Amino acid sequence: MDHLIDRRLAGGNKSAVNRERFLRRYKEQIRRSVKGTVAERSITDIDKGGNVNIPARDIREPVFRHGPGGEREIVHTGNKEFSAGDTIPRPEGGGEGQGRGNQGGEGETVDDFVFTLSREEFLDLFFEDMELPDMVRNFLGEVPERKWVRAGFRREGSPNNLAVVRTLKQSLGRRIALSSAIRDELEAARRELEEAERRSVSVLQVSMLRERVEELEKKLARVPFLDDLDLRYRNRVAVPAPVARAVMFCLMDVSASMDERKKELAKRFYALLYLFLTRKYEHVELVFIRHTDNAEECDEDAFFHDPRTGGTVVCSALELMHKIVDERFEPAGWNIYAAQASDGDAFGSDPAKSMRYLREFLLPLARYFAYVEIPDENDNRTSTLWAAYEELAGAEPNFAMRRVHGRAEIYPVFRDLFKKETAWGAA
Amino acid sequence: MGSGVNGGATLRAAEPISRGPEWTFELIRRYDEAIGECAREFGLDTFPNQIEVITSEQMLDAYASTGLPITYPHWTHGKEFIRNEALYRKGYQGLAYEIVINSDPCIAYLMEENTITMQALVIAHACYGHNSFFKGNYLFRQWTYADAILDYLVFARNYVLKCEERFGVGAVEEVLDSCHALAPHGVDKYKRPGAKSLKDEERRQAGREENARRLFNDLWRTLPRAEAKEPRAAGRHPFPAESEENILYFVEKYSPKLEPWQKEIVRIVRKIAQYFYPQSQTKVMNEGWACFWHYTLTNRLYDKGLIDDAFMLEFLQSHTNVIAQRGFDQQGYGGLNPYALGFAMYQDLKRICEAPTTEDRQWFPEIAGGDWRQVLDFAMRNFKDESFIAQYLSPKLIRDFRFFAIADYEDEPELIVDSIHDEAGYQRIRTLLSRQYNREYVVPDIQVANFERDGDRSLTLRHQAARNRPLREDEAEETLKHLARLWGFDVRLESVGEDGSVSKTIECPG
Repeated sequence: MDHLIDRRLAGGNKSAVNRERFLRRYKEQIRRSVKGTVAERSITDIDKGGNVNIPARDIREPVFRHGPGGEREIVHTGNKEFSAGDTIPRPEGGGEGQGRGNQGGEGETVDDFVFTLSREEFLDLFFEDMELPDMVRNFLGEVPERKWVRAGFRREGSPNNLAVVRTLKQSLGRRIALSSAIRDELEAARRELEEAERRSVSVLQVSMLRERVEELEKKLARVPFLDDLDLRYRNRVAVPAPVARAVMFCLMDVSASMDERKKELAKRFYALLYLFLTRKYEHVELVFIRHTDNAEECDEDAFFHDPRTGGTVVCSALELMHKIVDERFEPAGWNIYAAQASDGDAFGSDPAKSMRYLREFLLPLARYFAYVEIPDENDNRTSTLWAAYEELAGAEPNFAMRRVHGRAEIYPVFRDLFKKETAWGAA
Repeated sequence: MGSGVNGGATLRAAEPISRGPEWTFELIRRYDEAIGECAREFGLDTFPNQIEVITSEQMLDAYASTGLPITYPHWTHGKEFIRNEALYRKGYQGLAYEIVINSDPCIAYLMEENTITMQALVIAHACYGHNSFFKGNYLFRQWTYADAILDYLVFARNYVLKCEERFGVGAVEEVLDSCHALAPHGVDKYKRPGAKSLKDEERRQAGREENARRLFNDLWRTLPRAEAKEPRAAGRHPFPAESEENILYFVEKYSPKLEPWQKEIVRIVRKIAQYFYPQSQTKVMNEGWACFWHYTLTNRLYDKGLIDDAFMLEFLQSHTNVIAQRGFDQQGYGGLNPYALGFAMYQDLKRICEAPTTEDRQWFPEIAGGDWRQVLDFAMRNFKDESFIAQYLSPKLIRDFRFFAIADYEDEPELIVDSIHDEAGYQRIRTLLSRQYNREYVVPDIQVANFERDGDRSLTLRHQAARNRPLREDEAEETLKHLARLWGFDVRLESVGEDGSVSKTIECPG
């Protein structure tokens, strides 16, 4: 006997596990490809998913097979003008053209294996193995965060919380309960009426019976479809949720010596940082500070897109950061991080002053302070700021500095700065 | 059109089963019944059918697991899935209308986006064409256990999952990778004798003694004894005594290093490769058979008036697409279309039976003018592609397809046209085309030649380079590395040319 089965509801996506295994297996190649992609993208779509290219030879599964050479004959179709004994010049490509069975003159083309990663997969790879160093995860803020969780149903609430299915279930139950007795009566009355009509009893009696039926029908219709009693609302209660609180300060030098290229690189770095933080941590506050000869706090839009230029006083940004920490982020309650980007051009006493300021005021407060220097292309001289900061690099465990020359270096440096289990040691 | 049974004098039904393209489960059931009845009229012997309607996503899943309904997880399935999904989403590639699984009951997948015409076509093609082929063809009968395959797949999947849990995904993946590399060489082409039970063994032993007793003659004692031969040094016996073509089998049985669970995984890959072996050997026959029957059965439905003209036109359009064969110089030529060749050969056989020409009588005296149903049934049961073509490719088909053979000889500066579709070429073309479907034409002949059992435990493979066709060297090395991983000791591969000399050796330390 033949069976016909609707298998559509069984759900697809059986291959999800295999797809994931494929990604895991070729992580290296995919990561390489992702890295290349990041350097090419504009800042605004740095976080899109994307195509990944893997060289076909990397994922080939080898088997024993014939190579070119030796002797063989191949049968083709559609002969028009050949006769036995004719000769044909070998196709281009070193005779390998007909190498694969019946490919008929086409060389074996090895295309790269191209496929698309979703945004999630893309970013996962992107920020894999990265963590804010020294994050004290179990630290509870003074005012614990509250989280709303579902907790059954209740009888009153606001309309947007109406639980429709639940309400209708209630209504159905009530209607069944209220109407079944009436239904039975109605049934009986109708039967009686029919009987009476068939037996042609007196008109009066029939009309009485008919009235009775009508009355019962009305009664049945009076059972309301929906009653206030039926209404059910989803109930939510707030439960305290412990969170570790952190704040990241982004300090960027936008002085005149930071030309477009350098600003672009710095913004790229912060774009990564921003993405990393917003993706990995729900509760990280971000503070954007840009400085010329004086510093100002701005929002992320202005930080990334507003052109501004002027002189350079690095220390102004550090002072502003200190001030903001004092006002809003009490160090006992917050994990404080900072990343500073500059071309390192600072004048007079500014570098030394900044270094001292950093050492005395900021580093004791901060869990981690990263300095990224963006020098001119092909410039390997030590900048004044770099020279000053270098003193901190070895001495302070929570300070790190790196140089970035071009787009391609941003991602590696970024990874390097935030890789998991770093020298600063996780808590 | 029109291929009635015995004159086809059936009354046309007043009303076709359906009009318009929409399908419902009820309609599918009715078509299945109608087609099944036609199939019985023609005497097709089939497994019961299990028809499953699936979505395109599920079809992609099925693609990824080479059509099997259940497989163990492995990245190569993910790769296939990603590749097919990308092609499908971008519209480069449509999906197959159906997938059919050689099992009992025979499972056929129908895609939900097909029209009712396509569903009926697929039912005729898969549920009656392929199905009867699976049940009848000798290779399938010999090598696949239709009633057990699903259970085995479930076992295989669970076993692999369990191993992953115990030994880690990575360790299992390594073994699977290596097995996959050798899977084409994990296939038996001939049955090996079954293991003997203790009882059999005792009986044989008793038989030997009885024989010795009956032949006993005391006279033999009086003969002078021959000088005792030098006892052969132990371990000088080459092992295996005869070369073993099933490399995975040899690894499973004799690998000095593999753990029992690893051997079981080798066995699983081997079993699945064996399951696919008949399919690879009967592509032309199997697809041709299915096409022949979907064509014949649909025409029969039309003769009975169960389908209307719109149905028939849509059907013919799909059918002609499926059996289209392009010429070598046309765009999109990808070699011989097995559907086209197979369909043409069965149709041709039918023609030879029904309306033989003088040429046919000369070439096929034993079947010309015979009962086509018996002839086709015999052909379906007893051949594989290679022998089927060697036996039944007629000169008419060679002319129709305008076959020609190109000789590619390493020593010749140019390619040579070996033979074409003329009187002088028919035999030659037939032989060459048949040889093209020989397994060795695609899969190199590589066998286990020696296992240094009492020495360094190294394993030697011998590649018999038929017609001096070499192996693709970089890939051969990679594959050999996989073997070395399974074997655990040194492995080497010797290529032996036509003249018997070792032309090339690749070694890989274990």
